[in-house]
Amino acid sequence: MSTATTARDQSSSPARGTGDAGVRSWKNPVILAVVALFALLVFALGAPGNDVTFRLSEENDPIVLPSIVVSAPVVGWIAALAMLALAVLAILRTRSGRRIPTWVLAVFAVLFLVAFLTWVVGSARTPNVALYGLLAGSVTLAVPLIFGSLSGVLCERSGVVNIAIEGQLLFGAFAAAVAASLSGSALVGLLAAAVAGVLVSLVLAVFSIRYVVNQVIVGVVLNVLVSGLTGFLFSAVLSEDSERWNSPPRLPVIDIPLLADIPVIGPILFQQTIVGYLMYIAVAVVYVALYHSRWGLRTRAVGEHPKAADTLGVNVNRMRFMNVLLAGVVAGVGGSFFTLVAVSGFGRDMTAGQGYIALAALIFGRWNPIGAFFAALLFGFATNLSNVLSLLGTPVPDQFLRMLPYVVTVFAVAGLVGRSRAPGASGIPYIKG
Amino acid sequence: MKLELIGITKRFGSLVANDSIDLVVEPGQVHSLLGENGAGKSTLMNVLYGLYDPTEGEIRVDDRPVTFKGPGDAMAAGIGMVHQHFMLVPVFTVAENVALGNEATKAGGMLNLQETRTRIRQISDQYGFDVDPDAVVEDLPVGVQQRVEIIKALVRNAEVLILDEPTAVLTPKETDELLGIMAQLKADGKSIVFISHKLREVKAVSDVITVVRRGKVVGTADPSAPTTELASLMVGRSVSLTLDKKPATPGEVTFRVRDLTVQAANGQRVVDGLSFDVAEGEILAVAGVQGNGQTELTEAIMGLQDHVTGSITLGGNELVGRSVKDIIRAGVGFVPEDRSVEGLVGTFSVAENLILNRYDDAPFAKGLSMSPSAIEQNANEKIAEYDVRTQSASAAAGTLSGGNQQKVVMAREFSRPLKLFIASQPTRGVDVGSIEFLHRRIVAERDGGTPVIIVSTELDEVLELADRIAVLYRGRLMGIVPGAVSRDVLGLMMAGMPADEALAQAHHVQGGNL
Repeated sequence: MSTATTARDQSSSPARGTGDAGVRSWKNPVILAVVALFALLVFALGAPGNDVTFRLSEENDPIVLPSIVVSAPVVGWIAALAMLALAVLAILRTRSGRRIPTWVLAVFAVLFLVAFLTWVVGSARTPNVALYGLLAGSVTLAVPLIFGSLSGVLCERSGVVNIAIEGQLLFGAFAAAVAASLSGSALVGLLAAAVAGVLVSLVLAVFSIRYVVNQVIVGVVLNVLVSGLTGFLFSAVLSEDSERWNSPPRLPVIDIPLLADIPVIGPILFQQTIVGYLMYIAVAVVYVALYHSRWGLRTRAVGEHPKAADTLGVNVNRMRFMNVLLAGVVAGVGGSFFTLVAVSGFGRDMTAGQGYIALAALIFGRWNPIGAFFAALLFGFATNLSNVLSLLGTPVPDQFLRMLPYVVTVFAVAGLVGRSRAPGASGIPYIKG
Repeated sequence: MKLELIGITKRFGSLVANDSIDLVVEPGQVHSLLGENGAGKSTLMNVLYGLYDPTEGEIRVDDRPVTFKGPGDAMAAGIGMVHQHFMLVPVFTVAENVALGNEATKAGGMLNLQETRTRIRQISDQYGFDVDPDAVVEDLPVGVQQRVEIIKALVRNAEVLILDEPTAVLTPKETDELLGIMAQLKADGKSIVFISHKLREVKAVSDVITVVRRGKVVGTADPSAPTTELASLMVGRSVSLTLDKKPATPGEVTFRVRDLTVQAANGQRVVDGLSFDVAEGEILAVAGVQGNGQTELTEAIMGLQDHVTGSITLGGNELVGRSVKDIIRAGVGFVPEDRSVEGLVGTFSVAENLILNRYDDAPFAKGLSMSPSAIEQNANEKIAEYDVRTQSASAAAGTLSGGNQQKVVMAREFSRPLKLFIASQPTRGVDVGSIEFLHRRIVAERDGGTPVIIVSTELDEVLELADRIAVLYRGRLMGIVPGAVSRDVLGLMMAGMPADEALAQAHHVQGGNL
């Protein structure tokens, strides 16, 4: 235009200086301080006077690790004081207008967990817990959650909200039990579970994508439908002749030689059923494919900005349809865990809301397969902890312990770890034109 | 590549969006499609890009008839499109956006983004785009996002580039840069279809101008044709492009801002220590490149921002810290910059939208109930007064064209006595015919003795309306200059030069300017 305008050529979007001390959020430091004071009162001042034993291996394991024995008051005081120090650090950082580093929150959480475990086990009648069992059991309990949340990842990343995870799990469990009982083969049951999951998905896909019905409503209706259908068949057919219909063989645990003998992590990683191994494979495959393959790029695009994908020649609704079906396979296989791994036989509504917890894990894991995996593990841990603790006989009432997984869920989803961001078009049907 | 549209008709039910349109785009030509909002330009281009099937008519590429089943076919035929609302996935990187739908892959369908990055760098260097393939799109300025869209088309070997209202979202400087890019593309033998309703730009870049009105081609024009001729062709009646307004007669200063600072959630000072006054009966225009604190300034006055310090007084009463409702009650009228999101409730009727600020007052409310007859009567009066083109008062506001929506917002805000009127981007996305009307209405409010603040990124508008101009740069006031100042001074100030320096420098180089 003119010499004058070019004289001071500036970037069209001015980058502004940051580092201004200004708007501060006191939410995190306040929460940390309150929790740290609570820890001081309960875990330190209220610590039981005895020692606590954490066993790392069984006596007849090939490799025997010594048990960890700690003094409950010592651990309680150290952890509580360290947590107080971190809370003070957080307050100081916030006062000077700087961010609280992530490591502070992470270390704080670990300290809290250690202090809580020591206190609660120390207060039990038998202050002695098998740590390896606690961890391995958590993973086992997390298996259906992980499959469920992966199903959610596949759907929501492509823009379809999947509330029907619960129904997929339940129908998978039912189909696995019946098919395995009739055929006498657990593998046939596994296959049937996948097919059952796809059937639920098919209804979800047809109604939410083809007929543009509200996705949340279709999902909820599907859950109720599957619950009613399997409940009816259970009482009308399965209970009549449970020998024939509802006595599936269980999937065998396959030990991987040598690796299975590694203390603590051996049982977690290398002593699993097919379903357990499939879970690890599924997490890895979905993660890699989602972020590094053509399919993944298109899936994410369709879930974030379907119109952009459409203008580049990507068939949005076909992509969504395929992903929802694929999610059905994943969740169906997860459902088989209930009847082929956990117990031998189907029970009415045996998934007991695990599908919804899987949904929470999906959100807590920020719609990322790895994140969902760890979130599901956390929920599995909370569930298993409540089981183990009720066996040990803790002073905390049983009812409170059984609330634990759900309390963890509420806190996790309420954004304790910062705000997570859903895929831009999740839940919004795509209509051309 | 030569592109021909022959007798294209597109009907949506009974609505004829395009009525047998003929258009020929020769290779290496910038062909402008000029028309008001809602004239059918975008529909035509969506037909051309395979997003809509034409009801009748034929598309020919190099004299061969073609049919496009989807955008994929159009791209394969060498047509690329830069949509008015960018078709970019905000959370993707530039490379991912460019690769989408046209991915280079390794074995097993795994992405090979390296190849895409290389292509982006090539094109970026060739045209001087300065685009980083690994930047996340939502972090990029709008102008750069637009270049990413152009790269998307070029990577797919587009020979014809459709630019749909490309300058609507750009700042004056970005617009100049875009026009430069278009010239380069043309020099490389690409054809460009340039869709716009901005006459100055169309005249500056076009080889041929086709004017569309109400879905029909109403004529072609030479770029050298006078602006008024183009405007009347486009609108269908003669329009006056210059506003004859009387000089302001400023009265008492009733609106004062002192040391106003607004902080964003991350602590940035988005408005930084502003102090200014507005007198009764004058228009203060706030100019500046988009994103330099104008939005936050207006929202702070309206009580829509948190973290506001300083003082804002209207007639001696402090506004900072009061609720939005109190501020509205104090007599502040506000036209927000995004009318479809903030100015209107799209699914509410025109009549309901017209009383959004007075729904709980007589005569529209009686105790707990509303009075539908009073609301309808008010709506009919306003529709007539402001010439709002709507099927009825009960039509959803979202179905109206941009200009008519803005008339509804404006009518609502002017429907009660004001002590201060603020309009942000009052004519963005509004057709020429309506602009004239809205401007006159704003000036009438000023002449009635109301202090008026106009925020606009369009220099034309600022110069047209302002009695005084305040320029914001990075949240700070670069100075307040008289309304008759030259474009160059404003340009310098918008780039961060204080008013006195800018005036001195512009005076220095005078003579070499447009």
